[in-house]
Amino acid sequence: MLTPPKYWREIPQRYRLEAAKCAQCGKVFFPPRLICDACKGEEFETVVLPREGKIVSFTEVHTPASNFSDEAPFAVGIIDLGNELTILAQIVDCDPGEVKIGAPMRLEFRKLQKDGESGVLCYGYKAVPAR
Amino acid sequence: MEGIVGYGAYVPRNRIKVEEIAKVWGADAPSYKRGLMLEEKSVPSPDQDVITMSVEAARRAVLRAGINPKDIGAIYVGSESHPYAVKPSGTVVAEAIGATPDIHCADFEFACKAGSEGMFVAFGLVRAGLIKYGLGIGADTSQGAPGDALEYSASAGAAAYIFGKDDVIATVDASYSYMTDTPDFWRREYQFYPRHGGRFTGEPAYFKHVLGAARGILEQTGLTPKDFKYVTFHQPNGKFPLRAGAMLGFEKAKIEQGWLVPKLGNTYSGASPLGLSAILDVAKPGDRILMVSYGSGAGSDAFVFTATKRLADVQNMTFKTWDMLNNHKRYLEYGEYAKFRGKINKIQD
Ligand SMILES: [Zn+2]
Repeated sequence: MLTPPKYWREIPQRYRLEAAKCAQCGKVFFPPRLICDACKGEEFETVVLPREGKIVSFTEVHTPASNFSDEAPFAVGIIDLGNELTILAQIVDCDPGEVKIGAPMRLEFRKLQKDGESGVLCYGYKAVPAR
Repeated sequence: MEGIVGYGAYVPRNRIKVEEIAKVWGADAPSYKRGLMLEEKSVPSPDQDVITMSVEAARRAVLRAGINPKDIGAIYVGSESHPYAVKPSGTVVAEAIGATPDIHCADFEFACKAGSEGMFVAFGLVRAGLIKYGLGIGADTSQGAPGDALEYSASAGAAAYIFGKDDVIATVDASYSYMTDTPDFWRREYQFYPRHGGRFTGEPAYFKHVLGAARGILEQTGLTPKDFKYVTFHQPNGKFPLRAGAMLGFEKAKIEQGWLVPKLGNTYSGASPLGLSAILDVAKPGDRILMVSYGSGAGSDAFVFTATKRLADVQNMTFKTWDMLNNHKRYLEYGEYAKFRGKINKIQD
């Protein structure tokens, strides 16, 4: 479960897909990181990832963690956003059997988790079939 | 002149047909379809709520407006199904579209009128010169009690409007509101489903306020139904808005483009704002549009808009409302619908 402080710290990446672009060599990191693994650079500029892409690979989840049990079965996939950028996301709004490699997807704003009946609601991106 | 600079709509993919609900409760589907003029309604996925739909609609509005979201000075989300009892929806929307922290947020509630309320206040602040751009959103994921007449109509959707002074796609020519204390529909704190006054929701409630607001704004502007190309009303079922239009003297052809309810259901705070979005999707420069909302309790907000030349440049930038209603749908059976809407009692972990 995401605690409120951890959830809050990740808002820029979860809500707005903000990534870190190395000022020295240009490599883009999502989620953002503090040191570039290519050139050891420590200065980054914020770039925003696109919200459309294609499925590169996916898997079906039938036995998820207990707080996702109502959602099973569901797919989790790697989405190619272009420019050598990929993102890992839950795939929703379709049956896992309909998911196909190469299918166009869109990243939508969705509820990721709810901490029981009284805890905080966590929001972020999930992938849905584009048209 | 002040007006709308960008708009966006969002409707979930899931649908359930009136027949599918009626068969569970032993009700007569044809009589519901005739009586309420409903065919199917949208259903939110389990991970969708007022906040997620508002964000999607707001992003589309920002795209059409072509503005920097940092220049939005206020965000008002109107809904009767805000996900939190205490904690604003608007701050999540503001954060998601990148409009924080230099912004004013508030959540509005007024049954089905909360969306037009947010639009009214956002527009008012722009006209007063207090903010550059104001965003008003109407969104709901309302529920009717299982087997109640409301279950056939209560649906989900959102529409977002950004108001500003320059480069407007439709001017706001007038606004007028009409309200009285009328107990036609309510939900007390901690209650899951609303209660309503049955037939009392008609004449003294919906029709009195919708007609009152429409006649008020026509009188204020000196306009008559002949001067309008389109009109959209709050649409709790198919029949009420058609009847209100006929009573005011609007031909059916002027109502149909914004008459979404047979295919969408009643999106509560989203209803007349979504109707307006469908009209803006097709309106031509110079077309005059009347919008009249209604919220139980009770009151109506009315607006007169005129489409500008710039509207044509933004109509095709993102999803159109009738396209979302006609295509890319996913039909649910009642069991899946009941699971999606939390109508099944489970052991709490
Ligand atoms: Zn680097």
